[in-house]
Amino acid sequence: MNKETIAFLSGLVFALGLGLAGMTKPQNVIGFLDLANWNLSLLFVMAGAVIVHGLSYLMVRKRPSPLLDRQWHLPTRKDITPKLIIGAALFGIGWGLGGYCPGPAVTAVASGQTGPLAFVAAMILGMFVYTRVERHLPFKE
Amino acid sequence: MNELVLFPLIGGILIGLAVTLMLVFNGRVTGISGILSETFFARKTDGRWREAFLAGLILGGVSLRFFGPSTFENTSGRGVAALIAAGFLVGFGTVMGNGCTSGHGICGISRLSARSIVATVVFIVFGVLSVAAFRLLQGGPT
Repeated sequence: MNKETIAFLSGLVFALGLGLAGMTKPQNVIGFLDLANWNLSLLFVMAGAVIVHGLSYLMVRKRPSPLLDRQWHLPTRKDITPKLIIGAALFGIGWGLGGYCPGPAVTAVASGQTGPLAFVAAMILGMFVYTRVERHLPFKE
Repeated sequence: MNELVLFPLIGGILIGLAVTLMLVFNGRVTGISGILSETFFARKTDGRWREAFLAGLILGGVSLRFFGPSTFENTSGRGVAALIAAGFLVGFGTVMGNGCTSGHGICGISRLSARSIVATVVFIVFGVLSVAAFRLLQGGPT
């Protein structure tokens, strides 16, 4: 097994999980964010995923390295910055507006529908624009 | 009940296993916004695992379309213009905030990362506000 095979399997299982959970349907995501008509399913998705990954993290975090690499590549930052908060807020606004976050959107490109394709194209454009304007923003990190 | 609790829970466990694979073997966080932006906008010399992950995600989507045609049913009433604006905000915001629902919401929270917990609370709160605002603008009940 190499890293690419693992990543491919991870992507495959991730997409199947999203589909089974109903997270590829924007109405279920919007429903979670809609206090007037609350749909709890996203909470159970998060709970299942966080419990499994939380337990596996506890089991492996003391190991000197992962199985296929010499070192860990996990984020270590702890600082809560304006950039983190504003970025998360903008993401939240878009998430509620479209009902897609990046994972379900990329998965739904396979549906052949115009919506997810337009969303993903605009998302990649948004990423590009951010990388271009970042140095003009008043955040020092 | 199955659609509200059981399937989401099993789907969540599958997602947990997917991110566990990436953690245990590759030693990495499965942050989909980061994987996507780095695929397009960063020069990386650590292999093609990002492209492989995205290929798996899309092939998973193809199998879902084949085995469960209703998987991608969209009754949200969001048109293409809303989706384009939404996509742009999601792309811009996730790179600025270093993550999305997968990287912060699942991987970060389960590692008890303070940054990820804060980011997740913020994007859920703003998601709620966004849905409420959309409903108001449409003239529906709040």
